[in-house]
Amino acid sequence: MSFNFDSLTIAEAQAALVCGAYTSEDLVSALIARIRTRDSALCAYLTVDEDYALEQARAADRARLAGKEGPLLGVPVGIKDLLNVEGQPCTCASRILAGYTAPYDATAIARLRDAGAVFLGRTNMDEFAMGSSTENSAYQVTRNPADADRVPGGSSGGSAAAVAGGEAIATLGTDTGGSIRQPAAFCGCVGLKPTYGRVSRYGLTAFASSLDQIGPMTHTVRDAAIVLGVMAGRDPMDSTTLDVPVPDYTAALKTDLKGIRLGLPREYFVDGMDDDVRSRINDAVEVCRGLGAEIVDVTLPHTEYAIAVYYVVATAEASTNLARFDGVRYGVRAEGATDPIDMYGKTRAQGFGSEVKRRIILGTYVLSGGYYDAYYLKAQKVRTLIRGDFEAAFKVCDAILTPTTPTPAFKVGENIDDPLKMYLNDVFTATANLAGIPAMSVPCPPTELGLPVGLQILGPAFGEEVVLHVGHAYEQAVKK
Amino acid sequence: MCETKQPDVAKIDVAYVANLVRLRLDEDEIRALQPQMEAIVDLIKKIDELDVSAVEPTSHASAVTNVFREDKARDGIDRDRVLANAPAEVDGQFSVPKILE
Repeated sequence: MSFNFDSLTIAEAQAALVCGAYTSEDLVSALIARIRTRDSALCAYLTVDEDYALEQARAADRARLAGKEGPLLGVPVGIKDLLNVEGQPCTCASRILAGYTAPYDATAIARLRDAGAVFLGRTNMDEFAMGSSTENSAYQVTRNPADADRVPGGSSGGSAAAVAGGEAIATLGTDTGGSIRQPAAFCGCVGLKPTYGRVSRYGLTAFASSLDQIGPMTHTVRDAAIVLGVMAGRDPMDSTTLDVPVPDYTAALKTDLKGIRLGLPREYFVDGMDDDVRSRINDAVEVCRGLGAEIVDVTLPHTEYAIAVYYVVATAEASTNLARFDGVRYGVRAEGATDPIDMYGKTRAQGFGSEVKRRIILGTYVLSGGYYDAYYLKAQKVRTLIRGDFEAAFKVCDAILTPTTPTPAFKVGENIDDPLKMYLNDVFTATANLAGIPAMSVPCPPTELGLPVGLQILGPAFGEEVVLHVGHAYEQAVKK
Repeated sequence: MCETKQPDVAKIDVAYVANLVRLRLDEDEIRALQPQMEAIVDLIKKIDELDVSAVEPTSHASAVTNVFREDKARDGIDRDRVLANAPAEVDGQFSVPKILE
């Protein structure tokens, strides 16, 4: 039996499983064989628990015979190593959590499990989701499937590379400042960051609690809609989730854009943007116009402050969230400490990598005595202005189109010694997290060098349907 | 409120901040972090261009304030499974180095 894993979608696999063309065990076995031959070069997965995956696949096959149905029944998915799957490792790609076994399922995982998903393995990432290249993993460097000399983006680089490299049908990532969308753009897959409060964060290891969201990374917009529909909704374990009805997101996937107003923010078409990226996005705008969309100019005047605000808010929240890693309750403890203070200091020094240390120091600094008002409070106020920009823009358009990133994927090692340059990768993506709105990256035709480019589609809060609609229409038009 | 205070970037005391957050850094790490912190704080100071004295802060993008549930006991995660991840355990409890002599 042969599978085209480079493009096999959830929708196709589900149809084949339903009609009995193959079983989940066939599908998962073939995918495991493929990971075995390819992942030593790609390094998308930190671990793959083959026995566990096959056991779940056989259970899904039995459930189907017993009459169970479900959008993900028997479908294998890869999970970013930041999300707890009961009984599986969850290292957050950090040395400090080496050997940790998750004692419970995250809510998003429990919902996927109820829908019949098969958990394949743990995808690589930047340590604690801090980075834009997955080079900050304590364990391995993931390669870009389009060009092995280049990074897959980050922090959900393993999840993006697994999908684009045909080592998963779909994966979950998390996005705090672009960590789903930027790797999706770099690797050439779909990546959706939902509205803040759309998907429960319970069981997601917290980086910046007011910005983090879990989202799907898939081959198609339809698959992203399917996975989002399974995960979304209120959860009593995460009081920031909102009690907003979860629609059938696949019903929103129309192929024309008649009556849709798409905003182009001039602040996202900046000098220094890569020429290929600019021309692909301009082409995408024309494709959308051709599908019936009305293109309008909008302005998001506080965009230039977003990176500054993001690196204050995200690091401040991270410095407090990561205080829990102290060698007391879980993870690795440094040897030879004489008292608890000594133990905390040594454990954290040995357990965290350099980018995590950098962000903890910065976050602690902006919260420390005398600087709170000048940095943290002020950043929160500018955050209000950034939200206001989007609220005003969505009065005159239904969705906004931008490039996901200013450039295609860069080379491994190119930015690793320059934190500032690395941080600028988030320039077009961090705004959606600050505003709490949904945003998705959809692949454009690649550059002359064959490198993927991403079109970012942003919508108003809880406007996932319009984001998916625009993404699907564009994707179908480009595919023809 | 001291909105007008302009922190002096040159005075970031990395060792002091590291101690606040219980992170032991060696001399090489502190030396490497010093210019990086200054460059990042320089970037962050861009927000000083804006007058936000009349703007309310956003601490959270979601529209909820207080969320209540019934005050009813419910089961947590089983103790043995939690302790299975502990670096050191004695008699069903986390064990740490001695605090008092």
